[in-house]
Amino acid sequence: MKQLYEMLRTQYQVYDFEQRHDRLAFVSIPPEQMVGLLTCLRDIYGFSHLALMTCVDWLEESHFQLTYILRNHDGHRELVIKTFIDREHPVVDSIHHLWQHARVYQREHYEMFGVSFPGSPGMTEPMILEGWQGPPPMRRDFDTLRYCEDNYSNRDRTHSEPEAHMKATLYPED
Amino acid sequence: MQSLYPPIQNGKANYDLESQKYLKLWQGPQHPGVTGNMSLELDICGDQVINCNTHVGYLHRGFEKLMERRRYINSFPLVCRICVPEPDTNEYLFVAAMEDLLGIDIPERAKWLRTLNLELSRLASYLMWMGGQAGAFGMGTIAQWCLAHRDFVLDLFEEWTGARIYHMYMTPGGVRGELPEGWTGRAEKVISAVEKLLGEIEQVFINNAIFKQRAQGLGIIEPEMIDPYAVVGPNARGSGVKRDLRKDTPYLIYDQLSFDIITESSKDAYGRFLVRWRETQQAIDLIRQIIKDMPTGGAFHITLPNVLHLKVPKGQTYVKAESTRGEYGYFLVSDGSAFPRKVTVRGPSYSHAMALLEYLAVGVNIADVAGLIVSLHTYPPEVER
Amino acid sequence: MEKDKIDDLEMMDLPVEEESDLGFTEWRKDEKTLLNLGLPEEERDWFCDARPQVHKKSPKIIEDFLNWARAESLWILAFGTGCGAIELRPLLTARYDISRLGMAPRPTPRQANLFMIGGYVSIKTLKRIVRSYEQMQGPKFVVAVCSCAINGGMYWDSYNTVKRIDEFIPVDVYITGCMPRPEAVLAGFDRLKQLIRAGKAEGQNLYAQNFDYYKANQKRIIKDWNMPDYNW
Repeated sequence: MKQLYEMLRTQYQVYDFEQRHDRLAFVSIPPEQMVGLLTCLRDIYGFSHLALMTCVDWLEESHFQLTYILRNHDGHRELVIKTFIDREHPVVDSIHHLWQHARVYQREHYEMFGVSFPGSPGMTEPMILEGWQGPPPMRRDFDTLRYCEDNYSNRDRTHSEPEAHMKATLYPED
Repeated sequence: MQSLYPPIQNGKANYDLESQKYLKLWQGPQHPGVTGNMSLELDICGDQVINCNTHVGYLHRGFEKLMERRRYINSFPLVCRICVPEPDTNEYLFVAAMEDLLGIDIPERAKWLRTLNLELSRLASYLMWMGGQAGAFGMGTIAQWCLAHRDFVLDLFEEWTGARIYHMYMTPGGVRGELPEGWTGRAEKVISAVEKLLGEIEQVFINNAIFKQRAQGLGIIEPEMIDPYAVVGPNARGSGVKRDLRKDTPYLIYDQLSFDIITESSKDAYGRFLVRWRETQQAIDLIRQIIKDMPTGGAFHITLPNVLHLKVPKGQTYVKAESTRGEYGYFLVSDGSAFPRKVTVRGPSYSHAMALLEYLAVGVNIADVAGLIVSLHTYPPEVER
Repeated sequence: MEKDKIDDLEMMDLPVEEESDLGFTEWRKDEKTLLNLGLPEEERDWFCDARPQVHKKSPKIIEDFLNWARAESLWILAFGTGCGAIELRPLLTARYDISRLGMAPRPTPRQANLFMIGGYVSIKTLKRIVRSYEQMQGPKFVVAVCSCAINGGMYWDSYNTVKRIDEFIPVDVYITGCMPRPEAVLAGFDRLKQLIRAGKAEGQNLYAQNFDYYKANQKRIIKDWNMPDYNW
């Protein structure tokens, strides 16, 4: 995989290469060159399978890490491509023309994180939540417990410690 | 009569919904013809579907958000419940991702026990699927047979791990317990009964003229569609593409077992049924091999210090396994604390249920849509977690 | 093609319009109702706007006989709302065999009178549950399986699941477990049958008497409300 990295470095500004196992490697790229790199990997280097696209919210460093995991079936190797985009205005190029199911991932990310992919078909239709009026729920600053306490009422619970309960029922004299 | 239907090109039909000639039908969440709780919004002309939109989200619980709030050991009951018929793949992947970042290696016997767990779970899941596929084409007897035999497999699980459906058997460092005494004898009886059942299914279902007529030519997946739509698992193997993660990138002890990748060349629902039927037989062979070759004795667990406050070192990793439906993947991001930073679950039905189904359902009769959904083995909780 | 036009609009990233919140009593007569949006008078959908009625009891002997008949012939609505639905299917096999108790799964709510809520309920599913429940014909009963229906279960801090099913539809029997064994589900059905025989399974009447309370709770949680307040 190191050879692949050297070849890619001649054309794109990839950085931060990390080889995790002999078949899994991580690489980072600035967001402007991301579509070019994915197209090149898909067409020229044979990484034709988009296994996963996900987003990690680094609240402390104030950026989103968009992650694309591609697999080459002939060599059974996997490359994880990371792009870092701004958290205030998250806009990235869409890759729906490269893989058909990428538009589904992009639709989900628009709803869950608020990342916008201009041009992606059907992106603004809510896929998972219905009638959701809050902030994008998978963001790190969305407190799900407080949302629950504000909106849903709980049954009155009586808490009982198992040890105390067993002691009271079996040995009440002690 | 063909001229009454709108022309279909490239999986899309040209039609005008306002012209009062078409019907919008929801094969909704409350429907015996969908697997799980998802709905299809179908546009219908006469008897033929001309457009399909899949709607998911009825089972969304926010797993990834919940896992950020729980410690690693507290997440094991959660990951089971992402995939209900086959929960062991999820457990294995979560624990494999954790162990990958922790950098620990588990004992040999634990690996064999985990593989046995995965293969038995594969058997249970395939039995349920075969019942569902037969039921979708109207043959309910086979559904009853398959589910009855699945019950015996669940009994084996209950004796081994303590629970019928959600086992929570794999823990970081190995597995939770040993096989009970005499279990292998009982397992052999159950899987012989399942083998006999597979022979009966061949006589009654695979050679059945009605099933052949309905399933041949249904949902054809061309080999060129495999990569753009990320078709994985038996759906891809039913189109002649030889891909199986247990052989390509072996994990646990699959490199010590001998089996072949099963493919069929007829790219339709009939071929996919044959692939899965043969893979059930393959699972039975693998279980017998594992029981025979398993090393006796040895530790099944290494004790990790203070597992409640386990801190996983900083890093990111992606692990994958071959489940009944295809490639299952877990992407784990850890920032060095006792809580995972982000866990992403890649379910194989993500593309099958949304992008692929919307493409394949165009041009299908209403009656066969249920059969198509089951033949792709879509399962909605994996899509929306 | 219409689809291309929609893609162009999305590229300009227009804001999504919020739906306005209408009052409860003006719902059916208002022209802004979603289902009758912009339609002239002749083409509007008409819904039966009668509220659910409390079931009147017959004299005791007839009522006992009817309760016995109802208890021995409960037909389950085939709606797998959550993980608990996977333990419904083994019940129909020969080992646990609920056909001998007179139960059968039915595909449509019009032919069913027992609703089994299997486990957790997300908000999207809650709307469909309410809709299916209202379409079922009385007398109807609800059984809630698994601990998620009781108090939220292990999704107690999830933003998309409701914690108490009780506030939205009335429940007659709870069956605990995660998930309950088929024998436990049969024991729960047995308890339901005892309640029906004793005349105490009053979920449907509770719904009719406290209709406003249930509807207000449902409207508070289900934000995308496009259902008519009907009861057929």
